[in-house]
Amino acid sequence: MSLMSETAVGLGKKIKAKEVSVTEAVRASLDAIKAKEEKVNSFVTVDEEGALKRAKEVQKLIDSGSLTGPLAGVPVAIKDNMCTKGLLTTCSSKILENFVPTYTAEAVRRLEDAGAVIIGKTNMDEFAMGSTTETSAYGETKNPWNMAHVPGGSSGGSCAAVSAEECSFALGSDTGGSIRQPSSFCGVTGMKPTYGTVSRYGLIAYGSSLDQIGPITKDVTDCATVLEIIAGHDTKDATSVSREDTDFTAALVDDVKGMKIGIPKDYFGEGLNIEVRDAVLSAVRTLEEKGAVVEEFDLGLVKYAIPAYYVIACAEASSNLARFDGVKYGYRTKEYEGLHNMYKKSRSEGFGAEVKRRIMLGSFVLSSGYYDAYYLKALRVKGLIKKAFDEAFAKYDVIIAPAAPTTAPKLGESLKNPIQMYLGDIYTISVNLAGLPGISLPCGMDKNGLPVGIQMIGDCFKEKNIIRAAYSFEQTRAYTHSPVTKEGE
Amino acid sequence: MSKNYETVIGLEVHVELATKTKIFCSCSTEFGGAPNTHTCPVCTGQPGSLPVLNKQVVEYAMAVGLATNCQITRYSKFDRKNYFYPDNPQNYQISQLYLPICRNGSVEIETAAGKKQVRIHEIHMEEDAGKLVHDEWEDVSIVDFNRSGVPLIEIVSEPDMRSADEVIAYLEKLRQTIQYLGASDCKLNEGSMRADVNLSVREAGSSKFGTRTEMKNLNSFKAIAHAIEGERERQIELLEAGRKVVQETRRWDDNKESSHAMRSKEDAQDYRYFPDPDLVPLVISEEWIAEVKAKQPELREEKLARYKKEYDIPEYDAKILTESKHMADLFEATTKICGKPKKVSNWLMVETMRLLKERGMDAEDIRFSPENLAKLIELVENGTINGSVAKEVFELVFTDNTDPEKYVEEKGLKSVNDEDELRAAIRQVIKENPQSVEDYHGGKEKALGFLVGQTMKATKGRANPGIVNKILKELL
Repeated sequence: MSLMSETAVGLGKKIKAKEVSVTEAVRASLDAIKAKEEKVNSFVTVDEEGALKRAKEVQKLIDSGSLTGPLAGVPVAIKDNMCTKGLLTTCSSKILENFVPTYTAEAVRRLEDAGAVIIGKTNMDEFAMGSTTETSAYGETKNPWNMAHVPGGSSGGSCAAVSAEECSFALGSDTGGSIRQPSSFCGVTGMKPTYGTVSRYGLIAYGSSLDQIGPITKDVTDCATVLEIIAGHDTKDATSVSREDTDFTAALVDDVKGMKIGIPKDYFGEGLNIEVRDAVLSAVRTLEEKGAVVEEFDLGLVKYAIPAYYVIACAEASSNLARFDGVKYGYRTKEYEGLHNMYKKSRSEGFGAEVKRRIMLGSFVLSSGYYDAYYLKALRVKGLIKKAFDEAFAKYDVIIAPAAPTTAPKLGESLKNPIQMYLGDIYTISVNLAGLPGISLPCGMDKNGLPVGIQMIGDCFKEKNIIRAAYSFEQTRAYTHSPVTKEGE
Repeated sequence: MSKNYETVIGLEVHVELATKTKIFCSCSTEFGGAPNTHTCPVCTGQPGSLPVLNKQVVEYAMAVGLATNCQITRYSKFDRKNYFYPDNPQNYQISQLYLPICRNGSVEIETAAGKKQVRIHEIHMEEDAGKLVHDEWEDVSIVDFNRSGVPLIEIVSEPDMRSADEVIAYLEKLRQTIQYLGASDCKLNEGSMRADVNLSVREAGSSKFGTRTEMKNLNSFKAIAHAIEGERERQIELLEAGRKVVQETRRWDDNKESSHAMRSKEDAQDYRYFPDPDLVPLVISEEWIAEVKAKQPELREEKLARYKKEYDIPEYDAKILTESKHMADLFEATTKICGKPKKVSNWLMVETMRLLKERGMDAEDIRFSPENLAKLIELVENGTINGSVAKEVFELVFTDNTDPEKYVEEKGLKSVNDEDELRAAIRQVIKENPQSVEDYHGGKEKALGFLVGQTMKATKGRANPGIVNKILKELL
């Protein structure tokens, strides 16, 4: 069995106990990548040299007793929209094909300080725009459970890398479901924390008011452990929140007695694949059997969430992506006449179709004459959605829903119909609009052997409730986090 | 010109705030420095970087707002102004459109036409852009981001001014107030204060405003006055010829003393303003306002009253001394050292003002230290040098901040107070000028003056004129 079959915490323990050296752990990750990348394509960049060098440094720090944390020496993959000093960071876009940041994102820096070793940068939908990792300029990532299927997106590379056991854990980012949906498709555990919990400094922005970095792991314990390390107030991010209750591992308790769970009826109606529905509801029954109090309720406003989300996210993206102009960094067209021609050609050639679509959509809704009708109205919807959740959380500790309406679609099916693809975000998007924490973890398989994810949503700053519910559920299922172990490859 | 026209002017004044660091990062705001040395990921728009608001910027903006009788917006926000230009690294400028920090203020101005109130529509905070350098030789443009992110406030007036005089008075008033607050040095020529003039004309008595133009690139009060005159005439000529004024932005050319159209309203860009999601709303509490008020330094009016009372200085002099904060500071610092407010006032009012005028300088350009002026005053007061030597030495103090004590010592400029030494010199003068001696005895008082002059000349200006007078009379 490969060291990469271990959970991050499990591997960390072995490293601490000197059963495994950091170099061995890093080598195991690099070997797995070499063996599987050709098929899976989870990574844009693999930093073999840097990882091996860092492995030695981390080993010394562990040996000298200065690094004692649970993730010291554990290989991690970073989604390619987080800046890593000296290491190519592309956002899976041609426009950043040569961009090497001069600084490291805060969340990544915290992991490095804890001794995690960065193995490489993972593939994603270009600028995190997409739900399949097919909009990447560096080729699509495949679902390790079935190579004919997508891994989901936009953090598809990170989820596939964890699922395919190419690394111990990964970081992703979630603007409308980009951690939870691919986690569901790839059978891994992924969490979007409360907005403001993890610093966005160094995360290349898509929709700034919705973006949040989170862990992608093999189980709930890893998830809480990673979140505990990357969470925390950062003076470099004005939207970062100062909070004391970031000891998330304290919530790893197998006990849901009396926990009030709400099931939004609107999330289980038309459009939801029946196998997904059954798997999720079966998981709910398990929690009920363990003592949770389950109740159905109407959340409302569901049909407004998607249009509001696309208006807000695209508006912010149209401005956030303006800086990619060929002047300061990134791709510049080869031949041009004058400044405006340079802008036009660099951006036309540098951005892919989905990114252009969203920039145009965002520019349109911010235009004078349309601003009130679209952008302001979307902000009002956002406020109403937050209010609806506030009312629900006055009654429930956790809300349970599917992470996506289906299991992973086949490659090439989604981009033909973007509206259909956007509708696939229906169960995850409201969580971003309301700034809530949400976790997705495996709860079953469909008849084709593709994983189904269950989503647990908590009130703002109540990650511990969902960690507790997720951990309790996890104790009841036969654990299969990887298709590789399943197939015995 | 057949009809009577009234000029209607409103101003947009940009002021660079005197913070040590930039508005959204901790880079230095210091002027100069090799290109792109005062930069970081934030002010160069690196992917993933985020702005964090500098609290001092807010306090300066609040201080200016309070000093100009504005209401402070308790819940204000920053908005992004989206436009592509290489001096703007993010391709948006962080500014305030929807909820600016200050609103509804006013300042009182005084011109030959009397006193009046100019209303302030709003004051908002924003970031400055970088600087583009066009290299004609290489045929490329280079950008320097040292200025990118330097904090600015924009003070937008209502269209309440009617003449260039009023505009200058308004700008002087703003400059003085802001300098007193220490919020900016407000130098037009260095760009730390910039004014855009919105101007329209209408027939006298009309209640409707005419179509306005906006004039940019005005780097001195002179340019502003000329641009206003020129634009007023241009618009009147158009109207007289039966043509329309086009709403447009015009650029003033100081060398040609004329303006040309930059862009019309039709070409106006849609800036797609929206609230910046990277910055949280700015909530200003009652306590914070009280804190800023409490920190507010003595403003001009208060200083003026104090000078009259504490130093017994005439109103006219006190007004001139307090016109510029720099001058007032110099006056107070020097007085503190030498304890002779009237003497200090005299040096500043007479010799300093003369040299400033001669050299076309502003009070802010004064570089000599209060210590050296105090030393000079002491040298005169204790009779070490006489008045005319002092004036000569002062020119050096003014120009190079020369230490007057050392200079007088080194150049041997000390007054000759030794009566025996003077007596010998005067005897020689009397001997050489028998005609003047005769005239003096004949009752011509003027002749004495001539003889004093000759004595001064003989002693190379170092003689104490009082003693010379006394001895001359004695010997004659």
